Amino acid sequence: MRKSAEVVIIGGGVIGTAIAYNLARQGCTDIVVLEKEYLASGSTGRCGAGVRQQWGTEMNLRMSIASVKMFETMNEDLDYDGDIEFKQGGYLLLAYTEAGWRQFNENVALQKSFGLDVRLCTPAEARQIVPHLNTEGLIGATFNQTDGHCNPFHVTDAYAKAAKRLGVEICTYTEVTGIRRDKNRVVGVETNKGFIATEKVVNAAGGYSSVIAEMAGITIPTYPERHQILVTEPVAPLQNPMVMSFHHHIYCQQTPHGSFIMGLGDPTEQPGFNTRATWQFLEEMSQKITWLLPPLKGIRVVRQWAGLYNMTPDRTPILGSVPELLGYQMAVGFSGHGFMLAPMTGLLLSQSILGLPTSLPIEKMDLGRFERGELFNEPSVV
Amino acid sequence: MHDRDQDIIVCRCEDLTLADIRALIQKGYRTLDEIRRISRCGMGPCQGRTCRALVQRELQASGINIKDQVPGVFRPPTKPVTLGSIAEGAGRRSDHA
Ligand SMILES: Cc1cc2nc3c(=O)[nH]c(=O)nc-3n(C[C@H](O)[C@H](O)[C@H](O)COP(=O)(O)OP(=O)(O)OC[C@H]3O[C@@H](n4cnc5c(N)ncnc54)[C@H](O)[C@@H]3O)c2cc1C
Repeated sequence: MRKSAEVVIIGGGVIGTAIAYNLARQGCTDIVVLEKEYLASGSTGRCGAGVRQQWGTEMNLRMSIASVKMFETMNEDLDYDGDIEFKQGGYLLLAYTEAGWRQFNENVALQKSFGLDVRLCTPAEARQIVPHLNTEGLIGATFNQTDGHCNPFHVTDAYAKAAKRLGVEICTYTEVTGIRRDKNRVVGVETNKGFIATEKVVNAAGGYSSVIAEMAGITIPTYPERHQILVTEPVAPLQNPMVMSFHHHIYCQQTPHGSFIMGLGDPTEQPGFNTRATWQFLEEMSQKITWLLPPLKGIRVVRQWAGLYNMTPDRTPILGSVPELLGYQMAVGFSGHGFMLAPMTGLLLSQSILGLPTSLPIEKMDLGRFERGELFNEPSVV
Repeated sequence: MHDRDQDIIVCRCEDLTLADIRALIQKGYRTLDEIRRISRCGMGPCQGRTCRALVQRELQASGINIKDQVPGVFRPPTKPVTLGSIAEGAGRRSDHA
């Protein structure tokens, strides 16, 4: 591990590695990425692998649309020796209440204004898209074909390898224990393997973002929240799109590998670092999904697990610098959709760190918005 | 060169050979978890019952100290069960409650 670096990035998930690569690509290669376990060991490796653009607020929309463009050419752009397994089978979002349906109509109008080719569907039209869908109680749906799935391990691996080729050092099994500051500027990072002098530190610590911010003396309104998920055995292709219901707090998609990945958000879940899996989840998930998608009854579950969402009060990430500490930047609080936003986040943070004009107005997503009261209040989160 | 390692299956669920595993170790994936997550080795219906020990042996043979490695978490369910029978079981219990 080097003794000093121009930039130290805390967190070896998809966000930290995407930032490292984007910095290196623009010539800033004196970078160390610190990861307390191995790459993608945090939320990234536990996520649902879904990539969606059907959002209800401006910045999530613009970030996700730009990120999909980047996923489309990522294998080539990163010169990856594997495959990120990007599949655009679409997302079908289901509405079961009048309020939910009104929200979808508003969302679609906003989405179209940013150029998304999304459409409103009747229950019958939804069934044309997913023939085995149980439409009982369904009011309507929205569908966008260019949403889909991508392999989070491989995306992280692709960014990490490309970054390493450009000279970035990635230290796994290295835990950050402190951030040293001199008055209002960063001077270094302490780890269990020694000190690294740096004037620029990036908090990309996922579920642990508020712990890292605390080390820098900064208070951020993010908190960890457990979310559970399971995967089935691989079976022959049966379902192209992701099917998602905010009303039932569930999502379910078949991956190109053939397995189904499905998750369930528990509105009563308390903040905390607990990532244990429960049988209650397994039962509730099985009941809801076999009701919604009956042919899934015969498919065997092979594994269940849990990971952390890093939540913010308006369910929109916090990006960029803060006025009170020079050299501190963050990309945190992705609220359950950080994988799909990673490509654009990597680019925006690199621009912000290098003091370049940013491709999107990143300042709208700053920490200060909570004080200014300029919240996004994203409605569409499972 | 035909390599015998290409004929030796290590992970039956995901069809990975000894040659595949050795190539991954060569590339720098140095723990069971890292190999699992990049290749799906051990993540199939058998939950790694066959391949786990074989991969560990390969790691050790390449000079990696596996004693210090935390063993991967065994994720429930321990035996694959269908979504339908889990849902049915749950339904029966709540009927009686
Ligand atoms: C069940 C579930 C389903 C999800 N589904 C989706 C989905 O379908 N689509 C989507 O886009 N997103 C999804 N998400 C959210 C997504 O996983 C995250 O938003 C994203 O992975 C965040 O990436 P990250 O790099 O910020 O965090 P992480 O991947 O958690 O990376 C942060 C890293 O920092 C490391 N770290 C923490 N503290 C320290 C320290 N002190 N020193 C060194 N290293 C440290 C951690 O070990 C970790 O590896 C899901 C999340 C969960 C839990």
